[in-house]
Amino acid sequence: MKSLSFSSRDLICGVLFILVGLFFAIQAYGLELGTAFRMGPGYFPLVLAGMLVLLGIVVIIQGTQVEHEPMGPIAWRGILFILPAPIFFGLTVRGLGFVPSLFLTALLAAFASTKMRPGTALLLVGGLTLFSVIVFSYALGLPFRRFGPWLGQ
Amino acid sequence: MDLLSNLILGFATAASPWNLFFCFIGVILGTLIGVLPGIGATATIAMLLPITFQLEPVSSLIMLAGIYYGAQYGGSTTAILINMPGESSSAVTAIDGYQMARKGRAGAALAIAAIGSFFAGTVSTFLVAVFAPPLTAVALKFGSAEYFSLMIVGLVSSIALAHGSVVKALGMVVLGLLLGLVGTDIYTGTPRFNLGILELSDGLNFVALAVGVFGIAEILRNLENEHDRDVMIKKVTNLLPTREDWKEMAAPILRGTAIGSALGILPGGGAILASFASYTVEKRISKTPGEFGKGAIAGVAGPESANNAGAQTSFIPMLTLGIPANPVMALMIGAMIIQGIVPGPNVATEQPALFWGIIASMWIGNLMLILLNLPLIGLWVKLLTIPYYMLFPAIIAFCSIGVYSVNSNVFDLYAVAFFGFIGYGLAKLRCEPAPLLLGFVLGPLLEEHLRRAMIMSRGDPTTFLTRPISLTLLLLAVAVLVVVLLPSIRKKRDEVFVED
Repeated sequence: MKSLSFSSRDLICGVLFILVGLFFAIQAYGLELGTAFRMGPGYFPLVLAGMLVLLGIVVIIQGTQVEHEPMGPIAWRGILFILPAPIFFGLTVRGLGFVPSLFLTALLAAFASTKMRPGTALLLVGGLTLFSVIVFSYALGLPFRRFGPWLGQ
Repeated sequence: MDLLSNLILGFATAASPWNLFFCFIGVILGTLIGVLPGIGATATIAMLLPITFQLEPVSSLIMLAGIYYGAQYGGSTTAILINMPGESSSAVTAIDGYQMARKGRAGAALAIAAIGSFFAGTVSTFLVAVFAPPLTAVALKFGSAEYFSLMIVGLVSSIALAHGSVVKALGMVVLGLLLGLVGTDIYTGTPRFNLGILELSDGLNFVALAVGVFGIAEILRNLENEHDRDVMIKKVTNLLPTREDWKEMAAPILRGTAIGSALGILPGGGAILASFASYTVEKRISKTPGEFGKGAIAGVAGPESANNAGAQTSFIPMLTLGIPANPVMALMIGAMIIQGIVPGPNVATEQPALFWGIIASMWIGNLMLILLNLPLIGLWVKLLTIPYYMLFPAIIAFCSIGVYSVNSNVFDLYAVAFFGFIGYGLAKLRCEPAPLLLGFVLGPLLEEHLRRAMIMSRGDPTTFLTRPISLTLLLLAVAVLVVVLLPSIRKKRDEVFVED
C-alpha cells in the first residue's frame, strides 16, 4: 500500500461532521433520554448525532482512497461583500428605514464583483431601490417604515 | 363523475382573474429565472416565499408552482442558445439542442422543446388529477409507522439523486434532520440545542435556511470565476418545425412524458432525474445513435418532455401525503405551513378549491407558457446578454426583503448570512444542499411519528416491519439504498452526472 494520504476536502468534511455530531450528542445527553417506548427529547437527536459522527469517520476513510482534486478558487471578495449585506440590512432597516437601508445593502453587495464600476453600481442600485419600494412597499403593502427614526422622521 | 366536477371546481378557481394573474406572474418569473443561468427555481421560490404570505393561499401556491414549471421551459432556452443549462434539469438538452442551434436550427429546437413540454405538461396534469384522489384515500389510512417509513423512502431517494459521494449525502440528510430538531421538543416543551438564543426557541427559520443555502451560496459560487456569456444566436428565426421534425419528435415526446411522469411521482424524483433517464433511453433505442450529440431531435424532444412531466407529477406526493419529493416541494410545503394549512391527505377534502385549483392552474400555466414563450423568444435572448454582476445585487436585495418580511425579525437576516456561509462551505466540500433541506423539513415530523409509533406499539420496534404498508416502504428504501451503493450502478450514475 502506498503511503496514507488524506484528501483535504474529505478530511475537513469528515471532521466537520464529527464535530457537529459531537456537539449535538453532548447537548442531547444533557436532555432527558427516556426509553425506546417513551422517548424523551434527547433520544432521537442522540441517535442522529451518533450517525453523523460515524458518517464523518467514513468520509475521512474514503478520502484516503480517491484521487484528490483541488478545492478550486474561493470567492473571498464575494464572502467579504455578500455575507455582510443581509446583516447590514438587519442592523439598519428599523433605524434608517426601508429605502436608505435597502439602497446601502444592495450597494454593498454590488461590489462583490470585480467587474462592477461605481457609476454603474449607483445607477443599478438606485433603480433597484425604486423598483423595490414600488413593488414591496406600495403594491404589496409590506409594513415597512420607508424612512426611519435615525433620519429624524 | 367525481373527477369532472372536481376539475370544474379547479378550473373555476384557477381561472378567476386574480389567480390567472398570479399564475401569469409565476410562469413569467419562472421563465425569467430559468433563462438566466446562475439563478435556480429553488432559490427564487425560497426568496419569494415570504412575500406570498401576503396573498391568498391558492394564489400564492399557484404562483410558486408556476415558477417551478416555468423554470423548466426557460432553462431549455438557455441550454439551446448558449450551451449552458439555465436549470440543472435542462443540462441534457444542451447536448443536442445547442448542436441544432449551431446548424441554424435554433428556432426548431426551441419549438420542439416547447411543444414537448406542453404535451408532457398536459398529460401529467391529467395524471395528477386522476391519481391524487386515490392516493389521498390510501394516505388517510396511514398511521405513524407508515408515515415514518414513507419519509425514510423520501430521504433515501434524495441521497440517490445527489451528485458525488453517497456518504456525504447521507451526512447532509442527518445534519438536516438535526438542524430541524433545534428549538423546543413538542412533547415535553423542553428547549433543546438553542444555545440559549431566544430567537431559536421556535426552531431555525426555514426560509432563512433555504435562502442562505440555496440563494446566497449560489451567488458566491458564481462569483468564484466571472466570465462573460457568449450569445451566439442574436436572432431566432424559423420557429415552426418541419413535417419531418414532427415525425421525428412524436415518439420521443410520448416516451419522455411516460418516463418523466413515472419518475416524478417517486419521492426524491422530479425533473432532473427524468431528463437524464429519457436521454439515456432515447439514445439506446435510437436507430441512429451516432446522431446523438450532433443535434438529434429525439435528444431534445425526449428530455424536455420528461423534465416537464417530472416537475408536474412531483406534486403528487406533496399534495396527497404532505411529503416533499424535492427541495422545491419542500418549499411549497413551507408555503402551506406559513399560510396555516397543514399539508397532507386532508388538504384534498378540507380545501378542495385549493387542491384542484393548483392542479388546474398547472394546465393553464402550461398553455400560457407555450403561447408566451415562442413569441417572446427575442426578449429572452436579450436577457441572456445581461451580465451576471448586474443581477446578483438585486437577488441579495430581494432575499433580504423577503426573509425580513416573514416575521419582521432581524435575527432571520443574520441567519441568512450564516447559512449562506455554511452553504458555500458545504458546496466547496462537495456536499449537496438538497438532502439537507429535505432533512430539515422532515426532521420534526420524522421524530414525531417515530415517537408516536413507538408509543402505540408499546416500545416494540418491529411495528415498522409487521405493518404491511410500512414494511413495503422500508423494503423500497433498502432497495434504493442497495442500488445506489452497488458499484456498477454507481459508476453509471457518475457517468450520467458528469455531463452536468
